[in-house]
Amino acid sequence: MTVYILCFILFLVGLYGAITRRNLVKIVISLSVMEFSVFLFLALIGYVEGGSAPIIDPAKPDALYVDPLPQAMVLTAIVIGLATTAMLMSVIIRIYRKYKTLDIREIKNLRG
Amino acid sequence: MNPLIPLFIAVPLAGAFLTIILGRFLRDAGRYTGLLVLLCLAAVSIFAAATINGEVLAYKVGGWEPVNGIPIGIYMVMDNFTALVLCIINIVGFLALIYSVTYISQYTSENYFYSLFCLMVAGMNGVVLSGDLFNIFVFLEIASIASYALVAFGVEREQLEATFKYQVLGGLASLLILFGIGLIYWKAKTLNIADIKIAMGSNPDKIHYTVIQLLLLSGFGLKAAVIPFHAWLPDAHSSAPSPISAMLSGVLIKAAGIYVLIRIFFNMFIISSEIAVLITTLGALSMVIGVFLAIGQWDIKRLLAYHSISQMGYVILSVGIGMILLARGTKPEVATLAISGGIFHLINHAAFKSLLFLNAGAIEYRTGTRNLKEMGGLSGLMPATSSTSFIASMSISGIPPFNGFFSKLIIIIAAILGKFYLLALIAVIVSIITLASFLKFQRYAFYNKAVVGREQEIREVPFPMVFSMVILGLLCVLLSLLAIPQIRDMFLTPAIKVLTDPQLYTSTILGM
Repeated sequence: MTVYILCFILFLVGLYGAITRRNLVKIVISLSVMEFSVFLFLALIGYVEGGSAPIIDPAKPDALYVDPLPQAMVLTAIVIGLATTAMLMSVIIRIYRKYKTLDIREIKNLRG
Repeated sequence: MNPLIPLFIAVPLAGAFLTIILGRFLRDAGRYTGLLVLLCLAAVSIFAAATINGEVLAYKVGGWEPVNGIPIGIYMVMDNFTALVLCIINIVGFLALIYSVTYISQYTSENYFYSLFCLMVAGMNGVVLSGDLFNIFVFLEIASIASYALVAFGVEREQLEATFKYQVLGGLASLLILFGIGLIYWKAKTLNIADIKIAMGSNPDKIHYTVIQLLLLSGFGLKAAVIPFHAWLPDAHSSAPSPISAMLSGVLIKAAGIYVLIRIFFNMFIISSEIAVLITTLGALSMVIGVFLAIGQWDIKRLLAYHSISQMGYVILSVGIGMILLARGTKPEVATLAISGGIFHLINHAAFKSLLFLNAGAIEYRTGTRNLKEMGGLSGLMPATSSTSFIASMSISGIPPFNGFFSKLIIIIAAILGKFYLLALIAVIVSIITLASFLKFQRYAFYNKAVVGREQEIREVPFPMVFSMVILGLLCVLLSLLAIPQIRDMFLTPAIKVLTDPQLYTSTILGM
């Protein structure tokens, strides 16, 4: 149970960062922290106590394996997360060129 | 019909990559491949809607048959509700692309635009068709990432700021959805929507079940811009190029937000009255707050974006009323009426809101401004834009004989029959405020005194733009035919049946 609670604390750390930080890059880092806490959670739910890697070995018919599906899901989600982070970073570079700042308080053309 | 289902995803994906490759050799390649792809998709989706006939079709990717009654492959599911939403996506997409042919030539790197557009359509088709939660997440991300890039397509200050906001909130939404999916898999050990219903339905752990519902509601609510989660929508939708605004407001928030919410709450969860009341409250709040935020706006596209929130409130409200009645088990016929009103309004909103955004784009194309105070007297100079925007404004404000009137009427009648008098009253009042807001738009943009000295420069927009606007204007009038009982029985009633009769969806997919 402790691992799940630690995982949730990691999520909250990310959320805290995303809400309180003023620097665009730090917001993106906080989002990544949240993202990885969710990935960790997905990997944890597939874990079976005492299980080995899910490659079926005909010599040991009653071996215990961990659940491979969450692992496949995490791999897909990591790739998606990479795409989102790369996209965010490229937008930040463009924003920096236009506004000459990364402070979110000074980037407020859109209001109302 | 069955073998045609994967085409909805394969064709636009292939189109997206072909556009980039051909674009290296031919400058205009993107335009033609894009148009061809969307034309095919529109034709196939109309064919699907016409032939589906109340069945639920499941396509198993790679031919993986269920083992011991447990589905193990990837399922794509097509039923009447799916077919209707596919029609909206692909037809509006096709018209928006015709419009883009002239509109987007103001920008550089046109080929990237068409490629991203095809990717966005592929993502949305995938969300609508997929039968398991994880694929919904993957396709949702494809559609979202393409739309983040399209919002920033102009790379000016506003666009970049809007896209950053949109991406951070969109990323948060995806995380909440992924977290919810993880929690579901933890208990149910399956991701297939129909199978989850069986696995969790028998004896759900109450707290766990509610947490999942709240996570998914807030995740998809963020994507659909329901009121407490709406902050990104007016910025993103008003900063994007106009055909993209039309796609985002007209299609994306429905396919990625409302459709999935309706699908999972009816076909995956067992409807509980607490969640139903919560959804109805969110809908009513969106409706009221959205319209009050809209009425003070002077930027046309911001005004339209806030109205999207308000009109989506109608859809969520009526679906919520249907859910409350179904959860109580009283008056199933009123529940059916409420849900059909909601879905009818969803379809209508796609027609008139995308038309309004295209009109706003046409005005911006000729006058170079989006501020209502700087326009005026355009009705004589731009007759096609003016008349189609009049049709769309009257539709959205619910004036008969246009389509918006009938769907709002059905929603209000259902609310009264279900004894939700306060909600019916709110719906009427919001409709009147909407009318006031659109009369302001009409008066300032088209009928006020003309801005002096600009008359010679301003003329009607080029033919492709007029063509899309006129077709959408015709659709606004023709869609009111769906209110006629015979036609409603052909298209809307079977779509509602899939939602209200949970057995139909589950049994076909699990092959019971």
